Amino acid sequence: MRVVLAEDLALLRDGLIRLLEAHDFDVVEAVDNGPSLLRALVTHRPDVAVVDVRLPPTFTDEGLRAAIEARAQIPGLPVLVLSQYVEQLYARELLADRTGGVGYLLKDRVFNVRQFVDAVEQVAGGGTAMDPEVISQLLTKRAGDEPLKALTSREHEVLGLMAEGRSNAAIAARLYITEKAVSKHTNSIFTKLGLPPSEDDNRRVRAVLAYLNG
Amino acid sequence: MANEAGKRLMLLGWALTLLVLAFVGLALFIFTITGFGLVLVSIGIPMLLVSLPVVRWYANFHRGWAGRMLGTQIASSYRPPRPGNVLVRLWGVVRDPATWRDVLWLLVNSIAGLTLTIVATVEAVFGLLFWWWPKKTALYADAQLIKWLLSPSKKALLASRVRELAESRAETVDTQAAEIRRIERDLHDGAQARLVALGMNLGMAAEAVERDPENAKLLLAEAQAASSEALAELRGLVRGIHPPVLADRGLVGAVQALALANPMPVEVEADVPERLPAPVESAAYFAVAEALTNVIKHSGAHRARVYLRHDGELLRMTVEDDGRGGADAGAGSGLRGIERRLSAFDGRLDVTSPPGGPTVVTMELPCASSSPKTSPSSGTG
Repeated sequence: MRVVLAEDLALLRDGLIRLLEAHDFDVVEAVDNGPSLLRALVTHRPDVAVVDVRLPPTFTDEGLRAAIEARAQIPGLPVLVLSQYVEQLYARELLADRTGGVGYLLKDRVFNVRQFVDAVEQVAGGGTAMDPEVISQLLTKRAGDEPLKALTSREHEVLGLMAEGRSNAAIAARLYITEKAVSKHTNSIFTKLGLPPSEDDNRRVRAVLAYLNG
Repeated sequence: MANEAGKRLMLLGWALTLLVLAFVGLALFIFTITGFGLVLVSIGIPMLLVSLPVVRWYANFHRGWAGRMLGTQIASSYRPPRPGNVLVRLWGVVRDPATWRDVLWLLVNSIAGLTLTIVATVEAVFGLLFWWWPKKTALYADAQLIKWLLSPSKKALLASRVRELAESRAETVDTQAAEIRRIERDLHDGAQARLVALGMNLGMAAEAVERDPENAKLLLAEAQAASSEALAELRGLVRGIHPPVLADRGLVGAVQALALANPMPVEVEADVPERLPAPVESAAYFAVAEALTNVIKHSGAHRARVYLRHDGELLRMTVEDDGRGGADAGAGSGLRGIERRLSAFDGRLDVTSPPGGPTVVTMELPCASSSPKTSPSSGTG
């Protein structure tokens, strides 16, 4: 799987390259600033980009802006954004085009290598990988909104975990229920959100997007 | 027409009131001067104790009237009372130049003011009889006279400004120092301590890795947890110093982010066309954040609204909620904190919060726009 990486701190960049290559990703280019990132994304069209929010030259949200710009030029280009802090506002901007293939994680999530690699793969496959911090803020805020009001609190939980990018098996393990029970919940979620039966993965992404975009 | 006649009657009323008051003023002047004359005989001091507060009240009454007449505000510039017993306070009042200006005005008022109010009375009577008669020239002149004599002198204005600045600077310095101490303590007890623990765990894991691999794994997991916690603490600390989103997006973006992260629905309406100077952005952001925290903690509100408006010279921020009201700028340390932050920039805080709500907190910061901090290369908005 071909990856473009953007991270300005050499220490972290090298670490991420090592981590990704150890898991059979092919890092086609690693850049350290916003303008090069945009160029690299447009020329390489990678399977997934892993991007730090804060990059030179402005040291503000350069990485995020470059990622959004690249997705405007190449719709659905999978991007996983890493940051020292998460902002609901940025999550919303990343999700605004409603095409999926978006991840937004705290940098510390890299510590759990297995989960991080899963997240990269999830995003590359067009899914979402939202940080649990984003999800937990949404959980308290979104509960009363239409059409999510119809969901039970268990279904909310399941949908939140889906948005984090977990598979049904992972959700089952996390909630101490069977996988069969999880798929019962997901089917009920799809029905309540009015998502007609189609290829399961697609419905999953759309349910999550409905949840995250509100 | 009835309305117009009522107005003219009002003018007559005022002219007569001021006429009578001019006589009272003359008496007050004589009484006060006699008081000064008799200071060495013991009766003078009690006389002044009575007369000087009356003089101030009398002057303030005229300031209020003339201010309304001229459509402005006429400030007084008395020095703040000196701490101490009655005699010390009296001495403070006697030494205050504003007191002497008041006394001088009393004399002028009992001559010129008296004349003007007599003319004004005549005018008002004619005004009632003939609709074309100019009805308030004399009253207007009297108001101008009061404004001229009772407005604070330039020197007094400067002195009070200097006093204000010295106070707000002292408060700012204290707040800054306390803040830095808090940050130092947080780093010392938090992230630093966790990094020490992490290093220790790693050291022990390195030792145990061959002898006891199971234990080494456990130690490594602990080290990982410690580094996560250290990062979380540093994140919190950084947010408290200068939230990254404020640096990225400026005041409006940061307040929108704040609203989104808030458990309560918060509507943000903003009209701030340009980036503001960084210190102002920071003060404004923390003021809004504190006001919203107050809403969540104390108001029992279901929703809140934030308005931000910058008209080139003044940044006005309003935080409204639909809660139970009854907030008091004096009592709530939160609101007091906002006031302190804003005063360093000559800003103001105003709270209206009738019992039953709604609470409206209005904050103002004078400031001119600065050019955006980001370079033009940063494409999309």
